[in-house]
Amino acid sequence: MVIRRIAELLEAEVILGEDKLDMEVDMAFSSDMMSDVLAYVTGRTVLLTGLVNEHVIRTAEMVDLECIVFVRGKLPTQEIIDKAKENGMVLLATTHTLYCTSGILYSNGLTGIGRRK
Amino acid sequence: MPLIAEVFPVEKDDFVTAGEASAKIKRTLKKLGVDSALLRRISVCSYEVELNLVIHSLGGTIDFQVTQDSVMLLVKDRGPGIANLELAMREGWSTAPESVRMMGFGAGMGLPNMKRNADEFDIKSEAGVGTEILMKFRLK
Ligand SMILES: Nc1ncnc2c1ncn2[C@@H]1O[C@H](COP(=O)(O)OP(=O)(O)O)[C@@H](O)[C@H]1O
Ligand SMILES: [Mg+2]
Repeated sequence: MVIRRIAELLEAEVILGEDKLDMEVDMAFSSDMMSDVLAYVTGRTVLLTGLVNEHVIRTAEMVDLECIVFVRGKLPTQEIIDKAKENGMVLLATTHTLYCTSGILYSNGLTGIGRRK
Repeated sequence: MPLIAEVFPVEKDDFVTAGEASAKIKRTLKKLGVDSALLRRISVCSYEVELNLVIHSLGGTIDFQVTQDSVMLLVKDRGPGIANLELAMREGWSTAPESVRMMGFGAGMGLPNMKRNADEFDIKSEAGVGTEILMKFRLK
């Protein structure tokens, strides 16, 4: 799914990366725990999270995540945005909750990461 | 002879710079042309181990070495050591305080995650002394 479509479905604000909205992601992962992100994320994934701090950006950098959606109306500070910019990321913000954000994207065909063996 | 050898000191409770060593390691390996899947595995391990130094240890070092055919991370800290290694290696087991969980860490996934992602993983720890972790990755 292209990021532009994700932004539309979630009625999200594009905080950063207006020029990268045509980038594709293959799946999504929802979590407020960064170690779970590190444990699960592979491939082209969008992260949906209610956690807003600089560690989210650093964690994303480690697993090559290029798009983050902040949920529940939380907005990142300028410092966080700057850090994301250095890494060429796209940041979106939606007022939906994490559950609804996930549900909207899933029901529109964006799959999740499977269970680990 | 290693192609690259660098030692990164990591301080206890330094959440502001936490992850900087791992970011540098990642950039260095990327420049060397390490393939992205392997690079991700190495980055996950170095980031988890770096965070553990910040969160759980009294401070320590990450010794990063690259040779023709491998990447090595040797991590040593000044304590306090891990009393029960078997418990520490269990997924979901964590002694991280609530303040750390609020930052998104302390899921108890770090050590099992390192073990899964490294080609070789070895941990030694002594309560009251310190912890030593060796991780190796094969370069193709
Ligand atoms: N360097 C260390 N020094 C002391 N204790 C450690 C160290 N690394 C890990 N531990 C202990 O092992 C537990 C599990 O570590 P880990 O799997 O990384 O999970 P988490 O960091 O989320 O707690 C920690 O909660 C801590 O009790
Ligand atoms: Mg940990």
